[in-house]
Amino acid sequence: MSDCLTLRFTVPADDFTRAGEASSSTKATLKQLGLPADIIRRVAIVMYEGEINMVIHANGGEITVEICPDQIVMVLKDTGPGIPDIQQAMQAGWSTASGAARDLGFGAGMGLPNMKKCADSLDIESTVGVGTTVTAVVRL
Amino acid sequence: MTVGELMDSGLFQVVNRGDDLDRPVERVFCCDLLSVAMCNAPAGCAWVTVMGNINTLAVVALTDAACVVLAGGAHLDDTAAQRAVQQGITVLATDQPIFEAALAIHQRLA
Ligand SMILES: Nc1ncnc2c1ncn2[C@@H]1O[C@H](COP(=O)(O)OP(=O)(O)O)[C@@H](O)[C@H]1O
Ligand SMILES: [Mg+2]
Repeated sequence: MSDCLTLRFTVPADDFTRAGEASSSTKATLKQLGLPADIIRRVAIVMYEGEINMVIHANGGEITVEICPDQIVMVLKDTGPGIPDIQQAMQAGWSTASGAARDLGFGAGMGLPNMKKCADSLDIESTVGVGTTVTAVVRL
Repeated sequence: MTVGELMDSGLFQVVNRGDDLDRPVERVFCCDLLSVAMCNAPAGCAWVTVMGNINTLAVVALTDAACVVLAGGAHLDDTAAQRAVQQGITVLATDQPIFEAALAIHQRLA
């Protein structure tokens, strides 16, 4: 038996009006659980950046958040175009975001670097034409 | 200065009256790139920006900003306006540019 709490979210494709729902909902849960503010903030940043990436780069996807006594594990899985060069994608300022996304204030190329900064570990698995899975861990 | 006091200061138009008007405004923060704001906006800040879409409100909620001030004549689109009401986020607006708007708030912080 596991003493982890699992949250699951579907991130809709191209729907900016719903982007942020998974992050907000996770944040509310963590608040209810009484976790420290800086942990909640770090998880919220990882979730939000990941969620936005799924919306603007990958036609949506699925997020699973496992809240365990020692860590919070976020798995963000999409079946989008994949990332050809992960090292390049991780560079601050690198972005292939569309003009539409930029008009909404995205596309600074800071998302993945922010996620790395906020998570204790960040792992990206991506295959071009198949999809991307980002696994981020924040330790408690 | 609380959010309510900032709202009643006459400095800005009131776009939406939020839920926690007794909350103190602790700092001013300026930024238009949402990823940068997401990472750096301090909790309890008045966030001054020209971005008035739904994602602005997501960033306010996630960073625990005290309120958002739309500068430079920016306004909320319809979806964002609905979200502000739903989430009880205080939204103010002004035609002044970002710097002037932020400075006006800064000058009222003790
Ligand atoms: N889930 C994803 N699917 C495909 N490409 C992605 C995904 N996430 C990120 N990328 C690629 O990595 C780049 C950098 O991402 P990020 O640092 O979040 O910056 P931004 O989203 O502002 O472009 C993106 O522009 C995009 O090319
Ligand atoms: Mg991004």
